[in-house]
Amino acid sequence: MSDTNIDSPLVIAGKTYTSRLLVGTGKYKDNEETRLALDASGAEIITIAIRRTNIGQNPDEPNLLDALPLDKYTLLPNTAGCYTVDDAVRTCKLARELLGGHKLVKLEVLGDEKTLFPDTIETLKAAQILVDDGFDVMVYTNDDPLIAKELENIGCVAVMPLAAPIGSGLGIRNPYNILTIIENAEVPILVDAGVGTASDAAIAMELGCDGILMNTAIAAAQHPVLMASAMKKAIESGREAYLAGRMPKKRFASASSPIEGTFF
Amino acid sequence: MITIVLNGENKTIDDDTNIEQLLQSLSLENKRLAVEINQEIIPRGNFNSHTLNESDKVEIVQAIGGG
Repeated sequence: MSDTNIDSPLVIAGKTYTSRLLVGTGKYKDNEETRLALDASGAEIITIAIRRTNIGQNPDEPNLLDALPLDKYTLLPNTAGCYTVDDAVRTCKLARELLGGHKLVKLEVLGDEKTLFPDTIETLKAAQILVDDGFDVMVYTNDDPLIAKELENIGCVAVMPLAAPIGSGLGIRNPYNILTIIENAEVPILVDAGVGTASDAAIAMELGCDGILMNTAIAAAQHPVLMASAMKKAIESGREAYLAGRMPKKRFASASSPIEGTFF
Repeated sequence: MITIVLNGENKTIDDDTNIEQLLQSLSLENKRLAVEINQEIIPRGNFNSHTLNESDKVEIVQAIGGG
């Protein structure tokens, strides 16, 4: 095994993934831009939302699922917009029916419209119900190590703490909490929400998280397809740097060229 | 005629309409969607046997872009 190939693959609910970048499909200009950005990102898991069908107005409107090459992706239906346990569980059940028995879901139970912070108390309850019902639950949560561990204990297949509020692009606000969550975990930890640009993604990966789920950072960039490509590279770079083990920080300089043999 | 609540709006339909017929009337047959009646999911296989009743709350949902 070469030094540049010491990584183990990302495994979620028994399935192996090469890419550690998971992307959302919201906020794009149209289905074509979505398709191109997903392709550039190299993502293998993509999130979708479940919403009411437009009745009568435009029945031939292109459906997202018809516009994407679904054989390339693992779909991750989310419970975005749910503020109660009942709404979140109901959404997951509809997603399972819609996708023909699909078990993998992204659970989020929100608590506040301004911050979109998760309601962790309700999230714990919903996670328990969904796990008991046979779902493979990837759960969005706060950067609280105790709640993250409890969600793992309930049986969630991945725990996904936020870096910063959804759609804020503020980057990792609390790296030490994310680090503690990673160190405590025996399931994959993915940073979900708050990444703004490529360096944010690299920092998260350098902390040792198993992957990153993002949407707005790509979709709201001036050039979403280019940003998708940048994120792909940042995540790969950050992962390699984590595996490589960075040098210790020192306050003062340490010459890179030897002093011995100088002729001046 | 009976009145159902379809995706939050009142809609008048014929008596004894089943879900398959409702979807056809909306040009939604064979689309990727899921149907819930009074918060209970109706499996696709039951669309042509499940008849709608007065005041049924019907939700027809699909996948859209989201993060």
